[in-house]
Amino acid sequence: MQVQSYFSSLDNLDGELATLNLGPTHPATHGIFQNVLKLDGERIMHAEPTIGYIHRAFEKLAEHRPYAQITPITDRLNYCSSPINNMGWHMTVEKLIGCELPKRAQYMRVIIMELSRIADHLVCDAVIGVDTGALTGFTYMFQERELIYELFEEVCGSRLTTNIGRIGGMERDFSPVFHQKLKKFLAEFPARFEEFASLLERNRIFMDRTIGAGPITAERALEYGFTGPNLRAAGLDYDVRVMTPYSSYEDFEFDIPIGINGDTYDRFMVRQEEIRQSLRIIHQAYDNLPAGPYHADVPDFYLPEKPDVYTKMEALIYHFKVVMGEMPVPVGEVYHCVEGGNGELGFYLVSDGGRTPYRLQFRRPCFIYYQAYPEMIKGSMLSDAILTMSSMNVIAGELDA
Amino acid sequence: MTKITEMPESIMGEGYQLTTIDKAIGLARANSIWPLPFATSCCGIEFMATMGTHYDLARFGMERLSFSPRQADLLMVMGTIAKKMGPILKQVYTQMAEPKWVIAVGACASSGGIFDTYSVLQGIDKVIPVDVYVPGCPPRPEQIIDGIMKIQELVKNEPIRRRNSPEYQHLLDKYQIG
Amino acid sequence: MTITNDTLFPAIERQFPGQVISHGETYGMVSLETTREHIIPLLRFLKESPELQVNFLTNLGAIHYPLNVGKELGIVYHLHSFAHNLRFRVKVFFPIDDPHFPTATVLWPAANWMERQEYDFFGVIFDGHPDLRRILNVDDMEVFPMRKEYRLEDGTRTDKDDRFFGREGHEGQEFD
Repeated sequence: MQVQSYFSSLDNLDGELATLNLGPTHPATHGIFQNVLKLDGERIMHAEPTIGYIHRAFEKLAEHRPYAQITPITDRLNYCSSPINNMGWHMTVEKLIGCELPKRAQYMRVIIMELSRIADHLVCDAVIGVDTGALTGFTYMFQERELIYELFEEVCGSRLTTNIGRIGGMERDFSPVFHQKLKKFLAEFPARFEEFASLLERNRIFMDRTIGAGPITAERALEYGFTGPNLRAAGLDYDVRVMTPYSSYEDFEFDIPIGINGDTYDRFMVRQEEIRQSLRIIHQAYDNLPAGPYHADVPDFYLPEKPDVYTKMEALIYHFKVVMGEMPVPVGEVYHCVEGGNGELGFYLVSDGGRTPYRLQFRRPCFIYYQAYPEMIKGSMLSDAILTMSSMNVIAGELDA
Repeated sequence: MTKITEMPESIMGEGYQLTTIDKAIGLARANSIWPLPFATSCCGIEFMATMGTHYDLARFGMERLSFSPRQADLLMVMGTIAKKMGPILKQVYTQMAEPKWVIAVGACASSGGIFDTYSVLQGIDKVIPVDVYVPGCPPRPEQIIDGIMKIQELVKNEPIRRRNSPEYQHLLDKYQIG
Repeated sequence: MTITNDTLFPAIERQFPGQVISHGETYGMVSLETTREHIIPLLRFLKESPELQVNFLTNLGAIHYPLNVGKELGIVYHLHSFAHNLRFRVKVFFPIDDPHFPTATVLWPAANWMERQEYDFFGVIFDGHPDLRRILNVDDMEVFPMRKEYRLEDGTRTDKDDRFFGREGHEGQEFD
């Protein structure tokens, strides 16, 4: 097993094709992806990806965890946008138990989910910049991401793996500090983001570098099961938030940006525009944030107030039951999907009425679209292949489950 | 004038300064560690934040991330190491030149974390020796920085002959590292 | 004409009389069931029919029911027709002693890795698959870990004492 990229056999260099082992730990690939490339000069003739280097057995683990304890597992799927995964899972369980959330909780979720979409796309776009040789934007954008992390911390106490919200709503209401910080973020972020955008979006060097790198047609992308920004970059306006709205997305007005060529530049631009659209959604949700409770009335799943647990018998019993996962769950099977950072993140949950799912399968968008990678980089230069990978935003945690 | 680093304990007089070679070398090493980030999952994103402008890892003499194991002093393992990855991690470690240090960042690298499953290595100390463990899932950047300062402390105070000692050889033998 | 949950099954049954059964709609999604022999013709019809236009393979997953003798293993497809914005699932069950299943890669290249994953997890052998190897686990793994009889934890690990995790003598799930 080889670690660094190198020409594995010097004999081949004199002939026509060379074999290059790229990965699994390579500075140019963010995360652990191995590709054995057949090269003609610097042109890629064939690529053979190997994955599974951080396979953590999420699906088996989920079969051994009560419903509430599965949320932390979902954090670690696409860890750039954990809140979307958390809430996707919560909504799946809510669908199973037939729980309708109050509007305020839904709007709060939308705010958090769109913030995490911004955080997710910022990493991807900043890293595309880094891979084209522009490190400056990355350093700027990581400062902005810290602001989003501070907002998450204010809601749930954690930065990256958030475990945000609960089955049946949010764990607590937005704090005054959150309101203050969100207002500050909404006021200041757009200008700084546009500064980052002006560094790259119409930058001649960046455009020459990314236009035409790693293209895919809409038909091919569909056959490969692409979803999310990568599918939209190919020109197809499929977005789960619009197609099957969840959490009151139908209340908000936003555009779905699409690209034309499905190349690296289009993927970059689609993500850039989605950040602007996410800001639009956050504005609408925040300005119209309804009053009312921030969680549904589901005592079987939602923890009672802490003071009640100490003073009331019933609250103590429910607290115990919720923590121990002794909840009455109907028998049935549910598929629920949300628009994750990378596309349609689906949860196929089969319940046999027990305290753990009988089977829980994650539809992980990265895993499904990464298999098109060899086809996308065939015939392109090695350096374009690196760029294509970072623009596809393949997150190892989601890829390897 | 800003103080750059603590002066080692020494005898000074007009035009000369005497200290032990251990301390002089330790001082130089501790403040010019070249880390090799072996980032596999979630902790890697927190590492990106740590090396970003906000937390600024470069303050610790770590301006240069060494992506080649040959030039690296510190292996930073961040994230879950699956059994499939274990041999590769070991190979990276053996490719590094002495003296080398290892920091296990996060619960997964330290002990397997919440992933007590068939596919995950239950801590990287099953395949390579570890100097500092940083808890957290993932640890905050401040914690990662704290771990790095602990490493600096170790580096500064390491006797210069430690790597030649039979104890160290015994440690490597335990991991079957030549 | 827009196809809905109500009109989907009749539209299919016209083509496959008696070969597809419907389990009705639960949680907004229709579940259909068919057999190994008919699954690929059915999927091909769904994909190519100008009326239904089921163009998108959302998900493909296996499931293991050790107690359903003769139908222990199942494959569940989640399909999506963008034109009608209709999602539904198709299931096929087959015995674990004969875990062969026709591949869907002939219709959707997306099925390639999905099927490799289910082979890796459940040991379903997809006949006609271009490259059926393990994908997530190490190549020399001997078991199919997602089958119910295998336990979650690695039994050979030495650092954790199962007694302290309330798992003494826990050897996978019991089925009898």
